[in-house]
Amino acid sequence: MGAACLVLALLAALYAAGAAIAGARGDRRWVDSSRRATYALAALLTTAVVILEAAFLRSDFSFRLVAEHSSTTTPTGYKLTALWSSQGGSLLLWAWVLSIASSAVLFATRNRLREIVPWAAAVLMGFAAFFCALMLLSGPDANPFSRLDPAPVEGAGLTPLLRHPAMAIHPPMLYSGYVFFTVPFAFAIGALIARKVDASWIRSTRRFALIAWTFLTIGVALGARWSYSELGWGGYWAWDPVENASLMPWLIGTAFLHSMMVQERRGMLKVWNVSLIVATAALALLGTFLVRSGVLDSIHAFGASTIGPPLLVLIAVVVLGSAALIVSRLDDLRSEKRIDSLFSREAIFLVNNLLLVGLCAVIFWGTFFPLISEAITGTRSSVGPPFFNRLATPIAILLVLFTGIGPLVAWRRMSRETAKRVFRWPSVAALVVAAILFAFTDARGEPLALALFAFAAFALAALGQEFARGIAARRVLSGGSVPSALVAIVTRNRRRYGGYIVHAGIAVLLIGVAASSSFQTSRDVFLSPGESERVGDFDVTYVRPTQSVDREENRLTLGAVLDVTRDGEPFATLRPSRNYYSGRGVDPAAPVRGFFEGEATSEVGRRQSLGGDVWTAAQPDLTRLDPLIDRADERLAEITEGTPPDAPQVQSQIAALQGAAIAEIASRYVDDPPPTNFRVNVNPLVTWIWIGWLIALSGALIALWPSAEARRRRVADVYAARLARDLSRA
Amino acid sequence: MEFVLILAILVAVAFFVTVPLRRPARRGETELDAQLAELEARKEAKYREIRDTEIDRATGKLSQDEWRRQNDELRREAIAILKRLDELQSGG
Repeated sequence: MGAACLVLALLAALYAAGAAIAGARGDRRWVDSSRRATYALAALLTTAVVILEAAFLRSDFSFRLVAEHSSTTTPTGYKLTALWSSQGGSLLLWAWVLSIASSAVLFATRNRLREIVPWAAAVLMGFAAFFCALMLLSGPDANPFSRLDPAPVEGAGLTPLLRHPAMAIHPPMLYSGYVFFTVPFAFAIGALIARKVDASWIRSTRRFALIAWTFLTIGVALGARWSYSELGWGGYWAWDPVENASLMPWLIGTAFLHSMMVQERRGMLKVWNVSLIVATAALALLGTFLVRSGVLDSIHAFGASTIGPPLLVLIAVVVLGSAALIVSRLDDLRSEKRIDSLFSREAIFLVNNLLLVGLCAVIFWGTFFPLISEAITGTRSSVGPPFFNRLATPIAILLVLFTGIGPLVAWRRMSRETAKRVFRWPSVAALVVAAILFAFTDARGEPLALALFAFAAFALAALGQEFARGIAARRVLSGGSVPSALVAIVTRNRRRYGGYIVHAGIAVLLIGVAASSSFQTSRDVFLSPGESERVGDFDVTYVRPTQSVDREENRLTLGAVLDVTRDGEPFATLRPSRNYYSGRGVDPAAPVRGFFEGEATSEVGRRQSLGGDVWTAAQPDLTRLDPLIDRADERLAEITEGTPPDAPQVQSQIAALQGAAIAEIASRYVDDPPPTNFRVNVNPLVTWIWIGWLIALSGALIALWPSAEARRRRVADVYAARLARDLSRA
Repeated sequence: MEFVLILAILVAVAFFVTVPLRRPARRGETELDAQLAELEARKEAKYREIRDTEIDRATGKLSQDEWRRQNDELRREAIAILKRLDELQSGG
């Protein structure tokens, strides 16, 4: 049934694309039919998703996807989110979200942009058809409905690294971001084909671009949070290829959100805008390609697959086809106006755009350097975090500065006297902060961090000044208290003030990044119970080991209790641990050894505060337990010698014996604890990364929220449309 | 049974999708609707620009002269849109 839904979905997408093109050339009824086919596509893919999720919930292991990514003991929440931990499931997610986004935008524009919409619909449905065909024609790995016969009795369970709330929703957030950026891309292509390249396509798709940006922001931040909480290395950003693949469309998408305002208001940057949205869409597809093709080594990649080449072909078609279209429409894309002054918001946005594109270019080069070097020299070389940090940091510092400059500058031009007035207090704030930090903190030894803090102070003071002046102006007009005036200016100008809040969030986030990376103290200490070590201003004492066995999750947890003091006073008690899992990839000839050498995750011990985190991860040294582990495997081998390994009774016997061996090992770990390696990090102000992210997110949601006038207008429109339909039937 | 269900879905989708093709074409009215909707969107965008310029003046980013120049130009553009809207709505 699910596979049939996929086939019908492919047919619906192909029909929708064809009908849209037919409608673009003549009869509008084909466009309406195409839109209905898009709605049908969304319904069919929703049905497919529901069928799969039901299979996960009832642990139907005849579905290969369920057998490979779930088990009877997987918690219900993770069963539902396991859908997108696989190749086929994530392709289905892509297509499903695309069908919903397409339905939404085609519904919203059903009475508008008559020349553009058919071509945009054709592009969107072309993407949908591609992903449906990919699932159906690229082999069992890519098909979410491929079956196993006979069905196994038990599934392999979810990869332990993915058993984390952040990872559960990280993929749909990222994919939603990628997908929603295809909407403005499709409308840009439609506008180019129809030669309607004024701001109308931007106005219609601005909200979708902002939705995409919001989803990407959530997805990128969740990935960073997961890395910090789960991976045990103590950082939140490793410049991993798949991390970079999500950041690049975010950067270009951010540039697009700014420069589209310039085209809306001033009719400028048309070539730049279409180029940006093409780049954003291409990078979104590239992100999918990097995760699913396994072409670059990454902790995220799930190995080479058959879908890499088709995705690469799609990216090439998008880039080359769009470039050819842009070149053919250069005459239509001439700017209506020119930049009046270098000291104008248009000019500032352009500089901001160049910085964002420059940062993306640096990341792109570093990410794909292994492939480039292999193609040219035959040897695969790579660049690591030092490359990215060296080049990205100065650009990021300038970007922080411009998050403050942009809001201060007016459109078209600003006089020198006005500029002096609006820049005065933010500049003073920057100088004061720089002076204080230089005089009284370690920041004097980190000039780049000091520059970022000063520019962030400038940006936050500038934004605060904007709010203060807006409140004052409102109160002059209508009276009222400061809080009511604040609510009024934000609700009546959501785009402006929502944007300001996003800028503030980014400034705060980068303060957290600068502080936690420039002033981090990190040490690996090797402790036995009772021993202590000094890390920065803290004394860390290993108090005692801990152990627990979770039979449902087939998980052994070995951990520790650490006491942390500062200046002799108790500061925190941390409980880091290491989880070892059975089930996935365990060598049947050495099941107990395989338990410890298979997949493992870290649970970090962390004491969070606004001033920063004390963070620790544990890596127990298990060599002392080796003789016990080897003896357990030898005993198991003796007992099961000569018996068929697949027989259910043998399987359950092995499991019971393994469980007993693991319990004995866990008990020995506590009674005679081996030394443990602890990574202890002191991360100043790292909490402000997450706070800044939440501030930015709230600003985006404010900017997205429709105004009361818009809501009233939509209600009136519904009645007007209904009246028109009724009259036309009479 | 499953085959019958799939067939039923296929028929239902085909019926749903082809509804517009079985209607008579309504050319003039929907084109007018589209033009009106587009002009309304342009009008709202122009009003937003006028309000933004007013905020820039109120928050000190524009002097009185700078604001007056921009405001006059924006209002001229808005009036042109309103005139065009009136023409279309009156059937001109």
